Amino acid sequence: MNIVVLVKQVFDSEAKIILKNTTQIDDTGVTQGMNLLDENAVEEALTLKQKFGGEVILVSMNPVKTEKALRDALAMGADRAILITDPVLQNADEFTAAQVLAKAISTLNYDVILSGKASSDYQASQVPARIAEILGIPHVNVVVNIDIQGDKAVVTREVDGGSEIIEVPLPSIITAQQSLNTPRYPTVPNIMKAKKKELKVLSLADLGLTADEVAAKMSILEYSLPPVRKAGRIISGDPAQASAELASLLQSEAKVI
Amino acid sequence: MSKGIWVFVEQTQGNIRPASLEVLSQGAKLAAEKGEDLAAVILGTGIGQLASQAGLYGADKVYIADDAKLESYTTGAYTSALAQLIKENGPALVLFADTAIGKDLAPRTAQRLSTGLASDCTGLESDPATYVTFMRPVYSGEVIARVGNLSADPIMATIRPKTFEAVETPKTPEVINVAVTIDPADLRAILKEAIKASSDRIDLTEAAIVVSGGRGVKGKEGFAVLEELADVLGAAVGSSRAAVEEGWTEHSQQVGQTGKMVAPTLYIACGISGAMQHLAGMQGSKFIVGINKDPEANIFAVADYGIVGDLFEIVPLLKDECKKLLA
Amino acid sequence: MNFELTEEQSMMRAMVRKFAEEDVLPGLEEREEKEEFSRELFDRMGELGLTGIVFPEAYGGVDGDYISYAIAVEELSRVDASVGVTLSAHVSLGSYPIYKFGTHEQKLKYLKPLAEGTALGAFGLTEPDAGSDASGTKTMYTADGDSWVLNGSKIFITNAYYADTYVVFAQSDRSKGHRGISAFIVEKGTPGFTFGPKLKKLGIRSSATYELIFQDCRIPKENLLGEEGQGFKVAMMTLDGGRIGIAAQALGIAQGAYEAAAKYATERVQFGKPIATLQNTQFTLADMATQIEASRLLIYQAGYLDTAGKPFGKHSAMAKLLASETAMWVTTKAVQMFGGYGYTREYPVERMMRDAKITEIYEGTSEIQRVVIGAAILKEFS
Repeated sequence: MNIVVLVKQVFDSEAKIILKNTTQIDDTGVTQGMNLLDENAVEEALTLKQKFGGEVILVSMNPVKTEKALRDALAMGADRAILITDPVLQNADEFTAAQVLAKAISTLNYDVILSGKASSDYQASQVPARIAEILGIPHVNVVVNIDIQGDKAVVTREVDGGSEIIEVPLPSIITAQQSLNTPRYPTVPNIMKAKKKELKVLSLADLGLTADEVAAKMSILEYSLPPVRKAGRIISGDPAQASAELASLLQSEAKVI
Repeated sequence: MSKGIWVFVEQTQGNIRPASLEVLSQGAKLAAEKGEDLAAVILGTGIGQLASQAGLYGADKVYIADDAKLESYTTGAYTSALAQLIKENGPALVLFADTAIGKDLAPRTAQRLSTGLASDCTGLESDPATYVTFMRPVYSGEVIARVGNLSADPIMATIRPKTFEAVETPKTPEVINVAVTIDPADLRAILKEAIKASSDRIDLTEAAIVVSGGRGVKGKEGFAVLEELADVLGAAVGSSRAAVEEGWTEHSQQVGQTGKMVAPTLYIACGISGAMQHLAGMQGSKFIVGINKDPEANIFAVADYGIVGDLFEIVPLLKDECKKLLA
Repeated sequence: MNFELTEEQSMMRAMVRKFAEEDVLPGLEEREEKEEFSRELFDRMGELGLTGIVFPEAYGGVDGDYISYAIAVEELSRVDASVGVTLSAHVSLGSYPIYKFGTHEQKLKYLKPLAEGTALGAFGLTEPDAGSDASGTKTMYTADGDSWVLNGSKIFITNAYYADTYVVFAQSDRSKGHRGISAFIVEKGTPGFTFGPKLKKLGIRSSATYELIFQDCRIPKENLLGEEGQGFKVAMMTLDGGRIGIAAQALGIAQGAYEAAAKYATERVQFGKPIATLQNTQFTLADMATQIEASRLLIYQAGYLDTAGKPFGKHSAMAKLLASETAMWVTTKAVQMFGGYGYTREYPVERMMRDAKITEIYEGTSEIQRVVIGAAILKEFS
């Protein structure tokens, strides 16, 4: 079973975000790594590989040539990686990313494609569904359980107010919810091996794509900082007094109950 | 030429979902500003009676596609039907609520139409250059991105629930019943079973009030105290990632960067320290209450009202007080 | 000259830090309270490959370097010094002598499971009258047919009772002094090999410390490690390397206490402002950070020399001396900065202070480190 995993490199979740100007986020000195939910996707891929054999291939896109996230995923045990990087991708939107990644994936032999349900930076949750559409295969989002049965997968996905069990033929794209599994640690031997594993770096031209074909459909016009929430007031007094005052403030001042 | 503003409307059990009503209301405002018609698109079976509900919230037109294949939501069938309707009618803008369905359907439909999509928006405004621009929180809400583009045709966006208020602006809508042809290739994924969550509590993202607990709740049993307050307030019960990881709550209850983004009018955080990744999921709340033993807990930096104390003392008292006031 | 960690070293640090924070930290309080060793955590370290960092692939290791190893011990000790010393004693004391002096057969039989982390190792040198002065060893061995027979006891043995393999030192003839000492590999469960009661300690309470007792303990001839009479050399070379591990443990303790103190100082408000705004607090934090960074550089330098196969004894002694004294000083200051809270078990700094003390004592006291460094200096100038 050949498994493709979409991996995105993002800022560390504790990173302080600083704007360079109104259209650029400052990445100087920011620790970056694999998107956390992508770790769940890699974990699932490795589990499937242990069960069914095959290869785990990582595919990632980044305007900057940076290997960190892919090396992290290789150190978890993935077999090889493809990074598509091109300065043109600086203005990529989800449409762009999907065009580029789908093109790269279409050159591979795959039975299933996995990814995190969202990236922690832009949290659009668009790219996997878009890739599935381009490749003409089904997708299932926010999955908490995967059961491969021959040439199909029976998966459980989280929806508002419950869950759904869905049967999809393979290949399909499945996006991981955090509770799908617990990502393994990269072991020392795998860390040592990660650097020797194949990491192919491709440009748009290498994929036979032009900048026009993948031009963004949605642009970021401006970044701004949200208004800072101010600390309100601490209600003092003994528990009974404080609770009574809070309840009455919620009703008469905030008018929310 | 007027192309129209569309809202994809979700229904459950014979009613339009509140999140869709919010989007309809905002769509109506924008349509009035632009001199456009607002159309609601409803897919399903036996949904004709929903047209008047959509009209109540400002829809000038209601497209109804009643088809057995659309009875339950499936990505393929809904994409097939919606993309077909958009192609046939060419609206300028299509809006969705950023619900589980909206998140799933909008990107697939956008790709089928080769167009752009702004996800999980918390603001939109008319813009002469780009027709409309959207505000969307990125990087855990630490930055707001204003996005828009003219080359997106139609422009599409999903709107975070609770961003806008559902306001009645009654219209008598023109009802257009449409037939859709669903491509068999879109029926490859089969919904085998829909499982309702064991709790019949209101969904986190749609609740006006959320009572949420963290590590300080100390255990599954501790959440019973929060449940009681939630019962009195008609609130949903959420939790921090720590509580989920301890196994005290379900992942579906998790608020934060890797959980749900909520923006209720009132968020009561009990025993939650206020890690950045949690704040990302609830900072959009109108009012925040923090109850924590540790006076230095981060939650107090964002809370409108805070009580420093033992939640097991405070929360039951607060429940009694609220009960009195609401009686 | 390059002061950057390699990509692998950075990844290893990130991995061990995550493991320490997410898997070691949660049970720490309970282990401390019960003074309980966790074999499960050791097994996890084995699965992660931490036990085999410095050993060759052929013997179950990963061909890594001593800086990576130091980083692993440092990151574990930053959270839990007991777990840190478990790894350090296992690798530097329990496994290293077999790697350095063992035969191919001994390495396959004993080193491989140690490096893979399926077996736990310990090192029995210290006796009531023999610490750094190994020539005082009173545990005796005699040859008897195809066996060696051991009699005597060893004290303060880290990882003992739980360990599967012990490198044990014994004397054949007390008149020979250190030339009469030989090293042996003894398996747990060998008849005549038992343990005294668990030792109760000031710090590192969840690391296991027991007495080893040998009463006519018969071990096979092939379990002699190195040559007969070579034991003193085995012990001294092992301790040279072991100092890097203990230095890294001390560094981790200091780092943990420093981080706790810095965080607390920015949060704790007195006289209307965080105590971190007071110059006195800032100076203390500055001194902590400076001492820690100096220790780190010295440890990594010793690790570099060891990996490169260059003499590193003086450097490992300097690293251990500076790092352990830094750990004691930083943790004491951290408790002070926390004030009354620091003295309670609600906060981690009192534990760190108790844990720090041992790093000035075991595997050569600070005095012994000065002796080692002093001797090296004299050699250079004579």
